[in-house]
Amino acid sequence: MAPSVVQMRTAAETALIEWFEAEAPALVGAAEERAAAMERFKAQGLPGRRVESYHYTDLRSVMRSLAPSATSSATSVPAALFEGLGGHRLVFVDGRFTQDAETPAELTIQPLQDALKVGLTPGRAMGKASDVVVDLNTALMRDGAYIRVAGNTALPEPLVLDFIQTAHEANAILARVIIEVGAGSTLTIVETHRGKASLAYQSNTMVELVLGEGARVEHIRVNEAGDRALVLSTLAARLEGGSALSSLSFSSGGETVRQQSFITYAGENASLDLRGATMIRGRQHCDNTLVVDHAVPNGISRELFRTVADDEAHGVFQGKIIVRPHAQKTDGQMASNALLLGDEAAMSNKPELEIFADDVVCAHGATCGSLEESQLFYLMARGLPRPQAEALLVEAFLGEVLEAVSGEALRDSLSARISEWLAARQAA
Amino acid sequence: MLEIKNLHVEIDDKKILNGLTLTIHPGEVAAIMGPNGSGKSTLSYVIAGKEDYTVTEGDILLNGESILEMEAHERAAAGLFLAFQYPLEIPGVATMTFLKAAMNAQAKARGEAELSPGDFMRKVRGAAEKLGINPDMLKRPLNVGFSGGEKKRMEILQMTLLDPAYCILDETDSGLDIDALRIVAEGVNALRGAGRGMLVITHYQRLLDHIVPDKVHVMAKGRIVKSGGPELAHELEKDGYANYTEAA
Ligand SMILES: Nc1ncnc2c1ncn2[C@@H]1O[C@H](COP(=O)(O)OP(=O)(O)O)[C@@H](O)[C@H]1O
Ligand SMILES: [Mg+2]
Repeated sequence: MAPSVVQMRTAAETALIEWFEAEAPALVGAAEERAAAMERFKAQGLPGRRVESYHYTDLRSVMRSLAPSATSSATSVPAALFEGLGGHRLVFVDGRFTQDAETPAELTIQPLQDALKVGLTPGRAMGKASDVVVDLNTALMRDGAYIRVAGNTALPEPLVLDFIQTAHEANAILARVIIEVGAGSTLTIVETHRGKASLAYQSNTMVELVLGEGARVEHIRVNEAGDRALVLSTLAARLEGGSALSSLSFSSGGETVRQQSFITYAGENASLDLRGATMIRGRQHCDNTLVVDHAVPNGISRELFRTVADDEAHGVFQGKIIVRPHAQKTDGQMASNALLLGDEAAMSNKPELEIFADDVVCAHGATCGSLEESQLFYLMARGLPRPQAEALLVEAFLGEVLEAVSGEALRDSLSARISEWLAARQAA
Repeated sequence: MLEIKNLHVEIDDKKILNGLTLTIHPGEVAAIMGPNGSGKSTLSYVIAGKEDYTVTEGDILLNGESILEMEAHERAAAGLFLAFQYPLEIPGVATMTFLKAAMNAQAKARGEAELSPGDFMRKVRGAAEKLGINPDMLKRPLNVGFSGGEKKRMEILQMTLLDPAYCILDETDSGLDIDALRIVAEGVNALRGAGRGMLVITHYQRLLDHIVPDKVHVMAKGRIVKSGGPELAHELEKDGYANYTEAA
């Protein structure tokens, strides 16, 4: 047998390993999980094109070096992204966790370290999935939060997870939030990502969700990271019987973005509605990667991802639906549609079904195209100038994805963001 | 006055219009009749400003000024309206949203004030009712899943609301049953007069029983081969187009 080719470690890989070794004594709890994650990282390194799940997002080349670990320039807690939204906000300033108000009675919130110290196990929501970005988060996580919602509790207002980068120099940010939603409870989570423009900061954040039986969670992730940022953002969710998760990733920020969702069905009759609305321009790269693992029968999943790419931007959709041998009566429908506005814009669509059960209904579809000239002409013939006609069609294309957002105010401000993005395009 | 002068049009090096000349005076309803493939839709698209076509010779003048350099939306604001033979479906855009966007865009282009939301609603509702358009339809995405007849009525609704100076109706009768045809024709007749010119394009004489034209032009192989009064339509109905396609 030929000896396997060992790639030279990049500066970033070396720095990550050194970071772990230097920080290890200070990293509290989850020692085994951290060590195992770091071992996997040492063995594999940062994934490049040859690693299938990172074929379109070559992290090895993108992340040449590691930014220094987080510093902060914030002297006070910045205002929320969605000001009128209300709710309880947890702020992660350059990864450091602060709360800006007293914890509402329905929630139990602990800083992550405190929870890890007393035995909280990270990664339960990952199921059988394994991923290098998650491994790095697990190995190096220090700050974050552990949140519990008791059973049969309906939170009237959203829980806001506000990840914000404030440092004047590019830094590396890491945070982990673990949320357990008790049986029969209802929760809305709004996760926002922001940071300084023109700064190549690096962010690796993860939200882990465990939905108890019959729990209902609506999760909305909004990426408005700085235009040079590397944004690695993971959602992992474990669905117990009869629970329902709807999750929307609404993304326009960052330079290189990887938004991952790992969903595992742990109980029967759970349902998932996973959506994405991505707007990219310039040389932005946005990768939406999903792994939906139907490990038990009678699960329903719907995935609808829409990408609009202008200029030379590159969109990626990788969606994998796994149906395990006993997961009969699984119903999975996945669609990814891209609209290319720029001549140099590109989309890589990779939907995959891995089906090991026979009595299932699963389908996927992927499309990629430009705006229909005939539709544009029709609108123009009614008096709309071309840019306005284009905007109307793009808003309609992305708007369908927003229909899942139940809060009207939030839905309106997301659609306003689409209009602003289009207006900026016209102004350019 | 809408004047089409010696118009020659090509697409992908294929000649479709071959020296077509036609004038529509203010307040006049002219009909063009012609067999399939004679270039009727091409003519309507070229007037409306579709970019796929190349005008190799001739001109189109609106009130004495050439419109060939104008984009489609500028022609619309200048008062041209094309009722499409095949109205497009626009998924995700509510009909009401579209109507408002179109009316406001034209008002803006002409330097006029936008209608207030209340006036807009009243105007749309009133016009829709006359055309037998259910208000619920106005909430649905434009033309998506509408029947052939509903789509044509929606075209006439737009024509009514946009109040153009010259209307081109491309086979507005196709796909309509007799009741729908009557409603659509009434909608069109209501817009006659007041200096508005109309060009009614059709394959069959049937429509012209309901919208009685001032003039009838016969088109074959990309040009007008005969012009006359309404009686010409009946002649064609009896004798067919064969004489003209052979002669052209
Ligand atoms: N986009 C196009 N490309 C090539 N040929 C076309 C195109 N559009 C129309 N034609 C041709 O031009 C001729 C006239 O078509 P059209 O204007 O649709 O006629 P009509 O409306 O009278 O039926 C036909 O032979 C048709 O095939
Ligand atoms: Mg035609």
